[in-house]
Amino acid sequence: MDDQKKLTIIATKGTLDWAYPPFILASTASALGYEATIFFTFYGLQCLRKDLSCLKVSPLGNPGMPMKMPFGPKWFKSINWNIPNFIQANIPWYEDVATALMKKTIGNNGVATIAELRELCQEAEVKFLACQMTVELFGFDHTDFIDGIEYVGAATYFEYGGEADISLFI
Amino acid sequence: MNADKELDARGLNCPLPILRAKKALAEIGSGQVLKILSTDPGSVKDFQAFAKQTGNELMSSTEAGGEYTFFMKKK
Repeated sequence: MDDQKKLTIIATKGTLDWAYPPFILASTASALGYEATIFFTFYGLQCLRKDLSCLKVSPLGNPGMPMKMPFGPKWFKSINWNIPNFIQANIPWYEDVATALMKKTIGNNGVATIAELRELCQEAEVKFLACQMTVELFGFDHTDFIDGIEYVGAATYFEYGGEADISLFI
Repeated sequence: MNADKELDARGLNCPLPILRAKKALAEIGSGQVLKILSTDPGSVKDFQAFAKQTGNELMSSTEAGGEYTFFMKKK
């Protein structure tokens, strides 16, 4: 199967929103017949935690993020809540509330959860590589992460990246 | 059109209809037909792209009242 197409992704983000693109693209690539590999490094390691409740979303300092409510009548849901940064920063548990609302929106829209997409990737034999250097840098232990991960360095990434038809940095 | 298997992907969003379709296709034989129901407007182009890249044949793609129906013949 040497003519098989290959995809590699470097996943560097550890928030709920940015956990989506690597898993969506890798699972879809697999369905299209690609051999897919994701190299998780820096904050991207959060996507491999057994407990995914560490993945949160913050609208603070993120002007691109629409702030809409996932419940209520249509007119209410369409309001974009423009809360100034200095107020957002002073509301306790603001990220937790925003994350809960985001998860509700995700469910309302028939979008898969990260856990579900990660499982689909594993079923499709997407290879998960984790950067051992950042595991140590952030004081993680291998037991914090799901099984089936290879802990490697940059040189191993290039072993896959060098053979790939598509490589993405997320 | 007759189908050997039906997949109800209504209410699901990208990339789930494609992933479920891939799984369903694995459960039927070569030459058999999978019928897919979807409400995701993006799935129209996506199933064309899926067919083109995997070699499975998209026999038809229709829309009625916000619902999309696809018939795909397994390679």
